[in-house]
Amino acid sequence: MPDIEHVLKEHPFFAGLAPAQSKLIAGCARNHLFGAGQYLFHEGEPANEFFVIRHGHVALEIVAPGQAPLVFATLGQGEIVGASWLVPPYRWTFDARAVELTRAIGIDAACLRGKCEADHDLGYEMMKRFLSVLVQRLHATRLQILDIYGKR
Amino acid sequence: MQRSPATTAVISADALQGLIDALAARRYRVVGPTVRDGAIVYDTIAGIGDLPAGWTDRQEAGRYRLERRTDGALFGFAVGPQSWKRFLHPPVETLWTARKDDTGVAIAATPKTDEKFAFIGVRACELHAIAIQNRVFCEGPFPDVAYATRRRNAFVVAVNCGEAGGTCFCASMQTGPKADTGFDLAVTELLDGTAHEFLVEVGSDAGNEVLAALPHRPASNAQLAAGAAAVARTASRMGRSLATGGLKELLQGNPNHPRWDAVAERCLTCGNCTMVCPTCFCTTVEDHSDLTGASAERVRKWDSCFTMDFSFIHGGSVRKTAKARYRQWMTHKLANWIDQFGTSGCVGCGRCITWCPVGIDITEEAAAIKATPQTAKGA
Amino acid sequence: MSARPGPFIPQLYRVSRTQRELADTVTLELVPQEGARPAFQPGQFNMLYAFGVGEVAISLSGDPNETKTYVHTVRDVGAVSGAIARLTTGATVGLRGPFGQGWPIAQAEGADMVIVAGGLGLAPLRPAIYQVLSNRRRYGRVVVLVGSRNPQDLLFRHELEQWRQRLDVDIGVTVDHADPEWRGNVGVVPALIPRAPFDPHDAVALVCGPEVMMRFAANALRDAGVAGDRIYLSMERNMKCAIGLCGHCQFGPDFLCKDGPVLRYDRIAAIFAAREI
Repeated sequence: MPDIEHVLKEHPFFAGLAPAQSKLIAGCARNHLFGAGQYLFHEGEPANEFFVIRHGHVALEIVAPGQAPLVFATLGQGEIVGASWLVPPYRWTFDARAVELTRAIGIDAACLRGKCEADHDLGYEMMKRFLSVLVQRLHATRLQILDIYGKR
Repeated sequence: MQRSPATTAVISADALQGLIDALAARRYRVVGPTVRDGAIVYDTIAGIGDLPAGWTDRQEAGRYRLERRTDGALFGFAVGPQSWKRFLHPPVETLWTARKDDTGVAIAATPKTDEKFAFIGVRACELHAIAIQNRVFCEGPFPDVAYATRRRNAFVVAVNCGEAGGTCFCASMQTGPKADTGFDLAVTELLDGTAHEFLVEVGSDAGNEVLAALPHRPASNAQLAAGAAAVARTASRMGRSLATGGLKELLQGNPNHPRWDAVAERCLTCGNCTMVCPTCFCTTVEDHSDLTGASAERVRKWDSCFTMDFSFIHGGSVRKTAKARYRQWMTHKLANWIDQFGTSGCVGCGRCITWCPVGIDITEEAAAIKATPQTAKGA
Repeated sequence: MSARPGPFIPQLYRVSRTQRELADTVTLELVPQEGARPAFQPGQFNMLYAFGVGEVAISLSGDPNETKTYVHTVRDVGAVSGAIARLTTGATVGLRGPFGQGWPIAQAEGADMVIVAGGLGLAPLRPAIYQVLSNRRRYGRVVVLVGSRNPQDLLFRHELEQWRQRLDVDIGVTVDHADPEWRGNVGVVPALIPRAPFDPHDAVALVCGPEVMMRFAANALRDAGVAGDRIYLSMERNMKCAIGLCGHCQFGPDFLCKDGPVLRYDRIAAIFAAREI
C-alpha cells in the first residue's frame, strides 16, 4: 500500500489533496497488470473500479453487431479510465481494452463513494477533478463528431 | 512639372469645345458626362453640346432625379451612377486565350489596344478615387500593367464642384470639393448672368501644352475670388458627413455589433453599392472553353463581395448571411482599406447612398455604431 | 508561341509523376516545359490551371531542396481540383506562382519546432518538415503532431513512419476513430499538445488543417504556454487572382495571397473566432 500511496501523491490528477485525503483514497486502491489485448471491463458490467494508468495504452470501444468495434478514444500514461462509477446505475457504457501491456491502479468504486459520502470535502475534491476530465473529454468528443476532416 | 497657381487662366465656354477638339486631334477618346436614360453618365462626347447643359441632379438615399436648372451650367451637377473606373478598370476584360492541339498547349496574352482616354469633368472625389485605385493596382507586389498604362495615358480635365450633391460628404473625407492633385487641367465654371467662362488651373506639362494652344487670358482677382467662393459654398452644403476619427478601430473592433443585424434586415445584397462605388475594385475570373475543348480563354469581370460566390470555399460560402456580407463591405471600405493601402477606401461621393434601392446610408450606419460601441463585450 | 508567363499568364508544366495517396487525394510532380522551376518557400502555393476548366490554389507539398520539380498534393473536392487530380503522367497543366508568405522556418532557428497538422493540412507543412530536418542541428526539439479522420485517411503514412524511426524527431499521431487494428491514439489533435515533449516557452508552432482544428489547436498551444506571436497558421479563403488584385482572398485586412496564407496567430486572434469573416 505505501507504494500506491506514493504513486497517487505524485500523480497530477490527485495533486493538491491533503495527505489525509490521499491516504483515504489509497485505502481503496490496488495494483493491476493487464496484458496486451486484455479487457479492463466490458459494457454493461458493474462499474466497480476506476483506473489510473501508470504505464501503457487503453482503447475505449463500442461494438455494433456485424461491424468491427469502433475505437473512439485512447488513454495513456497518467490518464483516468472511467467515470460511470460516479453516477448511478454505476454501469460501464463501453469496453476498455489494454492495447499493450498496461499497469494501472484500480480504485474501488464503492469504497471511494463511501468515503466521499462520509467526508464531503474529499467528495468535493474528487468531483472537481472528475468534472474537469469530463469537460475535456466532452469537448474532444464534440470535435470528433464534427468530422472536420471529412469531405463537405 | 510646371505649375503656377498664380497664373490660373480663364477660357470661354467655346474654348472648352476647342479643348475637346484638341484632345480628339491627339487621338484621345474623349469621355465626359452626358444625359441618358434619366441620369448623367460618362460616355464618349464629341463636344460641349453633349454635356448636360442646364441639368442638375437631386440625390437622396435611394433616390436620383435630374432636374432642369435655371441657368445653362455645363457642370452643374454632382456625380451619376457610374465613375471613371469603368474606363480605367473595365468591367469585362479578356486576360488571355489558349489553344490546345496535337502539338500541345499555347497561351497568348490579349493584344493591347492603344486606346487612350481624355476625361472631361472629373470631380475632386473622383480624382482621389482614381488615385486610390492606382495604389491598389500599381503599388502591390504584382502591378496590373494594363491598368497602369491606361492611367498613364489618360488626360484628366477635372472640374471643381459648384454644387454639392444631396448625399455628398467629400469634405468629411478630405477629398474635395477642390481638386488639388492628379489632373492635367482643372476647371471651375463661372456663370454670371451672360458671362460663361472657366478658370483653368494647370496640373501637368501635358495640361500646360494643351492649354497653351487655346485662347486664354490670365484670371482676374475677381474671377479667382468667384471660383474660390463657389468651392467654399459647395463645401458648406454637403448633404452628409462622416466622422472618421477612430473609425477604423471602431469597425474592426465591433464585428458582433447589433447594428450589423439591423442593416442586414434591409440590405438586399444586390451589390449596387459596389458597382457604383468608384474605388471598389474586386473582380472574378471565368474560364471558358469551346465545345471541342480546343480553345479556352480567361475573362476577368467586375465582382462584388455581396455575392454568395465571392467567399466560396470547398465547404460552402464563408459569408452566407447578408449581415456578414454588408459588414465585410463596410469594414473593408472604411477600416481594413487603411491597413491595406494607407487611406480610407471611401471618397465621400455618396453614390452608394443614392443608388441603394433601400436607401442604406453608410454615414448613418457608421454613426449608429459609433454611438453605441460594444468593444467591451469581447469582440 | 506562348506568351511570356508571369503572374497573370500561366506557364506550361508537364506532369512527370503521379502518386495516389488516398481515395480522393493524389500527389503530382510537375516539371516546366521550358527552363527551371523557380525556387519556393515552404508554405507557398501555386495556381494550377486545368485547360478550359479553371484554376485552383494548391500548396506546394514537396522538398524545397529538390530543385527540378514542383510537388503538389491535390484533393478532389470540386470541378477544378478534380480535373487536376485526374491528370495523368505526361499531361500539360498551367501554373502561376509561387505565391504567398511561407512558414517562418529560418526565424524559428534556435527554438523548439512544433508542427501540428490536421488531415490534408500535412501537405503544406511537409515542405517545412523537410526543411527543418535538413537543418536539424539548428533547432531544439522537433515535434510533429498529426490528426486524421481514421487510419486509412492518414496522409503520407509511410513518411511519418520513417520520420518516427529517427531518434531526433517526436511524431504523435491521432485519429478521430479507428477499428481495433489501430494501435495508436484515438482522439483529437489538441489533446496531444499538453503531453508533447517541447518547451512551450521556447517553441515556434506551425499549424495547418481545417479551421476548427486550427482554432482548438491554437487554444491548446496557448494553454500549454506558447505565446501567441509564436504560433503560425495557414489560412484558406476563396482564391482567384492570387496576386492581390481581385479582393477575394481577404481575411480581415489581410490578403491571403500576399499577406498570407501563413499568418501569425496573435495578429488574427481577434477575428479568428468571429463568425463569417
